[in-house]
Amino acid sequence: MAASETRIVTKLLRDRPDDSWTIEAALENGAYDALRKALTMTPEQIGEEHVKASGLRGRGGAGFGTGQKWSFLPDGVFPRYLAVNADEGEPSTFKDRMLIERDPHQLIEGIVITAYAIDCHEAFVYLRGEFALGAERLEQALADAYARGFAGPDILGSGFDLEIVLHRGAGAYVAGDETGLLESLEGERALPRIKPPFPAIQGLYAQPTVVNNVETLSTVPHIVQRGGDWYAGLGVNRSTGTRIFSVSGHVRRPGNYEVELGMSFRELIFDLAGGIRDGRELKFFVPGGASSPWLMPEHLDAPLDMDYVQNELKSMLGSGAVMVFDETTSPALVAWRLAKFFAHESCGKCTPCREGSGWIEKVLYRIAHDEGRPEDLDLLLDFGATIVPGLNAPFAQTTICALGPSTMSPVVSLERWFRAEILELCGVAPSSVGRAI
Amino acid sequence: MTLTAGQPMSQWPSTHRFVIPVAPGPERVTITIDGREVEAPNGELLIRAAQDHGTYIPRFCWHERMKPVGMCRMCLVEVDGLRGLQISCATPITDGMVVHTRSDAVKKVQDGMLELLLINHPLDCPVCDRGGECPLQDQTLAFGPGESRFVEEKRHFEKPIAISDLVLLDRERCIQCGRCTRFASEIVGDPLIDFGGRGGATEVITYPDEPFTSYFSGNVVQICPVGALTARPYRFAARPWDLASMETSCTACAVGCRGALESSSNRLVRLLGVDSEPVNHGWLCDKGRFGFEHVHSSERVRSPMVRKGTGAGGASSELVECSWPEALDAAAEGMRKALELHGSESIAVLGGARGTNEDAYVWARFAKGVLGTDNVDAQLGDGLPAEVVLGLRGATIADCDRAAAIVLLGPDLKEELPVLFLRVRRAAEDLDVPLIDVAARDHALTPYAGAAVRVTPGEEAVAAKKLVAAIGGAPSGDDTIDGAAGLLNGREGPIVVVLGRPSVAESADAVMQAAGELVALGDRARFLFALRRGNVRGALDLGLAPGFLPGRVSLADGREWFEQVWGSVPASAGLDAVGILTAARQGKIHALVLLGAEPIDDFPDRTLARDGLAGAGFVVAVGAFVSESTRHADVFLPVTLWGEQAGTTTNLEGRVQRVPQLVAPDGSPLPDWRVAAELAARLGSDFDLETVEEIQDEIARVAPAHAGIDSTLLRRARDGAVLPMVEHADELVLDAARIPLTDASWEPIHPSPLAASLPGDEPPTWNGGRDQPADEPAALPRVHVWSGRVESSSVPPRDAYALRLVAGRTLYDAGRAVAGSPSLHGPAPGATLLVNRADRERVGVPDGGEVRVTTNRGSLVVTVRADTGTPAGVVFLAFNQGGPGPSDLIDATAPVTDLRVETVR
Repeated sequence: MAASETRIVTKLLRDRPDDSWTIEAALENGAYDALRKALTMTPEQIGEEHVKASGLRGRGGAGFGTGQKWSFLPDGVFPRYLAVNADEGEPSTFKDRMLIERDPHQLIEGIVITAYAIDCHEAFVYLRGEFALGAERLEQALADAYARGFAGPDILGSGFDLEIVLHRGAGAYVAGDETGLLESLEGERALPRIKPPFPAIQGLYAQPTVVNNVETLSTVPHIVQRGGDWYAGLGVNRSTGTRIFSVSGHVRRPGNYEVELGMSFRELIFDLAGGIRDGRELKFFVPGGASSPWLMPEHLDAPLDMDYVQNELKSMLGSGAVMVFDETTSPALVAWRLAKFFAHESCGKCTPCREGSGWIEKVLYRIAHDEGRPEDLDLLLDFGATIVPGLNAPFAQTTICALGPSTMSPVVSLERWFRAEILELCGVAPSSVGRAI
Repeated sequence: MTLTAGQPMSQWPSTHRFVIPVAPGPERVTITIDGREVEAPNGELLIRAAQDHGTYIPRFCWHERMKPVGMCRMCLVEVDGLRGLQISCATPITDGMVVHTRSDAVKKVQDGMLELLLINHPLDCPVCDRGGECPLQDQTLAFGPGESRFVEEKRHFEKPIAISDLVLLDRERCIQCGRCTRFASEIVGDPLIDFGGRGGATEVITYPDEPFTSYFSGNVVQICPVGALTARPYRFAARPWDLASMETSCTACAVGCRGALESSSNRLVRLLGVDSEPVNHGWLCDKGRFGFEHVHSSERVRSPMVRKGTGAGGASSELVECSWPEALDAAAEGMRKALELHGSESIAVLGGARGTNEDAYVWARFAKGVLGTDNVDAQLGDGLPAEVVLGLRGATIADCDRAAAIVLLGPDLKEELPVLFLRVRRAAEDLDVPLIDVAARDHALTPYAGAAVRVTPGEEAVAAKKLVAAIGGAPSGDDTIDGAAGLLNGREGPIVVVLGRPSVAESADAVMQAAGELVALGDRARFLFALRRGNVRGALDLGLAPGFLPGRVSLADGREWFEQVWGSVPASAGLDAVGILTAARQGKIHALVLLGAEPIDDFPDRTLARDGLAGAGFVVAVGAFVSESTRHADVFLPVTLWGEQAGTTTNLEGRVQRVPQLVAPDGSPLPDWRVAAELAARLGSDFDLETVEEIQDEIARVAPAHAGIDSTLLRRARDGAVLPMVEHADELVLDAARIPLTDASWEPIHPSPLAASLPGDEPPTWNGGRDQPADEPAALPRVHVWSGRVESSSVPPRDAYALRLVAGRTLYDAGRAVAGSPSLHGPAPGATLLVNRADRERVGVPDGGEVRVTTNRGSLVVTVRADTGTPAGVVFLAFNQGGPGPSDLIDATAPVTDLRVETVR
């Protein structure tokens, strides 16, 4: 039997493709019911009995336990803030954008419930600057939610107040790093901060702050409505529930698919996304956004399980963006294009990323354009070890944020799976090429 | 602070206040660094703890005086139990921590980090000013790779670009450590430079139409770890290995910042800040840093001169060069005549605050012990009476750090005492010390003040009285003042009062009365005197003030003692600067010595200064430059300047520190003290003083406040000695062992004893001044204490049509240090009348328009600009900007200056 989607956070937007973002459509489909329920509960009940129990992990990329993150807020320190990371910028990731554009009320409901659960009265949505339609719809949705008492003062007569501020970013990938995001919200350049202190202790304006991703927050109302145990019953191992995977590249039906975790990559790529287009063969795929080391056809039967992918496959599910490449693809060209992105987006704060990303890009360019030198791949690996000491996944890092090690992901992938091809490209005779590590 | 349209981008608010959390633990913890156990305070940053115990961890972005930012990633180390490598600049140590700074993993990353830093660095070392003292060079040598594998094109920028008149930026050399940008925002609060672009294209930028015109811009050049930032005066001036260097105190203002003065081929080329914990934390202002140029000015008088020629009133006479004996004889003869014909009281000495302590002492001894006159004043009517300065319990600069509150009642510190401004700002921003700002208008520290008490110029005492009452628990009814007093609730420590003249357009009486009120705070109050001119404190301490003798004793208390040690002292208290000039105008001063003083430019009342100089019978100028004030001297005796003469100076907190001679003067100038000794000899008194050490030893013997601070102690005391020693003896650090880890100028330069200890010397100790030589029977007189009692005088009310003038100094003015230093020429702001918008509108002139301002003294035309920091009824005009200015409006004998503002017809 072909695999299918499990639609929870994408249910409304799939069911009502023409008007899912309107308050009317949302209300007809039970929007804000979970909020009503939440307001009858104590914040602890929401945090502990539902969100922590659900096993929900952050959908932005790092996969940190959401309930656990909330519980790090120090007692008695106010004001505290909720920052919504809507700065989806990982190349090939387009799930949050869909949630914002097509079901903004689900997100708002998640924000209000979360704010209530963490006892905060100001939430900031940091929206990627390029999301013009998302901004328009979210703004309208916020106005509607305020008008109907789902946000603002005395929400639904509960006495709970929440101000939600929509802030549009200005186009920096690194603003998606949670501390870079906070800097940007404060009006500074989006440069990640050294940690500790972590945002939960000193975040926005040096106050305790929770930073959650759009998909994470959009999931919260469903958990509250249907129970943490229900959600924990979905998925596999410590990867509970569903996730939206943005499948792109050489597949027949690229798009967002919400699936129960535990499904295999094969089911996702072949059953849901329709397999490789034009009858070609799969060459390799990127499992979790541009930062994740690549996987090969032999990994297709591996489960969509965050821990499995990290521990067994030395990669990560990251932001849930699966990029699929067929047999005609030059891995060197893909690696160069990704490296170019990272070099462009490096904020410049840490030496290894600022200088290293540019050098990686230059060397990969030359390799991808038939100008590589025999020693180039080893050169990349050698100086790259200054960014990722040891080069072993999960990556160690010498930079403040994860952008640094991300720059080495394409290089490590080439070394792992395409060493022979790259060396040949660099003019080393095939006979003298050893097997990849 | 909220953002308003039109606000300069550099002033957009910044909100950072992060604290790196420290794990609880014992006060001192033991950690293991590379197998060696060391003890350090819990929570100290690892890089610092390692450095203090002899392990240098390479770094670029970290600076001891700034918060860690963790950008360069050069200081990564391995810490057992922690995954990956840790930046030691942001890792607080915890008990039992085991650290590896030279493991293979660390070395690999250090090597790689330096390779990465060098890929885009131009390696134009042969023509780089940093070459030879460059941290990038040095650390590459010690920790980096021997070769580069980077074969691609390096990053290119136009270079260098001027980011201000003084500082040039080479973006190719920049390694993006952020030291300069963080200095500007974190230490100064002038974020005029920041990063622009990102990734490999990151560059240091200035904002549109806002050059890097910080008063502190030279510091970023010093702390830049490469040659990306260079200062015009030193560009291509020397190679560092050719420089002679000596530690000194800056004398541009009375803060006395410690610096390393450097010369090449007998020319001063550079002053670098030295990190003195009690004084300047390594920082200098640009006026101090670059003002040395005036020492080599072509305007310097190099040879003695006497007036020759004939004509009525010397109309056709002129100053002509002569020999020293001829000039000294002429000067002595003029003084002798005045003495014989008109008596001691007909002689006066103005100035002396720009020399050394030794100069001041010998001049005081000459004037008071030989000439017998007490008409001596080192301040030019712009300071505070010596009885206040010498008689109130002093604060140290470092007291600001631990004060219960700092009360500001004086000039704009950023303009007059810039590095003290940094210290006070730091206290407020980083150490949460409340600032209580008592002033007529806003100034640079107002944004950091917890309470801004606005007073009418001349009526400071009213607010002071209320504040004292409110602090004592009696609400004054004034919300601001009661709020200010509330800031002290629950806070321990002294109340540091920064006391000075907020405006030279009001008389010193107003501040003196306010000080009299503040004395009622009792023991908690400590005063830091915001006085003008580099060694003003030393000059006052050593007797260049009416009514006082060396060592902070009043003429009355010290008479008996000094009659014994000097032979004689003046019969009665003499005149201050206002009195001297007034007497001179009346023809009562028959011999006037201008000791580095230029009253026509510097005295608040130019009319009185001109009339006084014209009325003085015989004028001896002891100075370095011919000016409007010294042009009419009968004898000109050229003297050496800072860097050309050894000695000591005393900063505003009373700290005595040594200044060395680094270069020999061109021509034949003599030290001021030698001039005084020569004149004394010609008038029959042999001082028997041949060296500065002998003078220091005499001061230590005869001046009560300086008892025990002899030449040996001064040579040994790392941070000098703070007067009076009774209170500060514990703070003495003698010959502290310190092994500089690096002498590169980019790191804080640590102070070092100027001379190695002499073989056979007993370690000096301060004996409290108790040991009296057996042949001197009289006891040392007591050090003066001011009662705080002031005759109250009333300030006339301002009439509705007048505006009350505040005349303040600016860092860059037409003064000698600036005028003689080409690098500092650009930034003098000029005389613009700052008024409240409502007042400007009442006059009906737009911003930039001209108005005529008039007092009963004079009148001038100035441009006008509305200023949000100036309340209605008050106007501000900067002093000594060249040309007509406030001193043409001020009557030095009036309590305040009210002026009328009219449109120009």
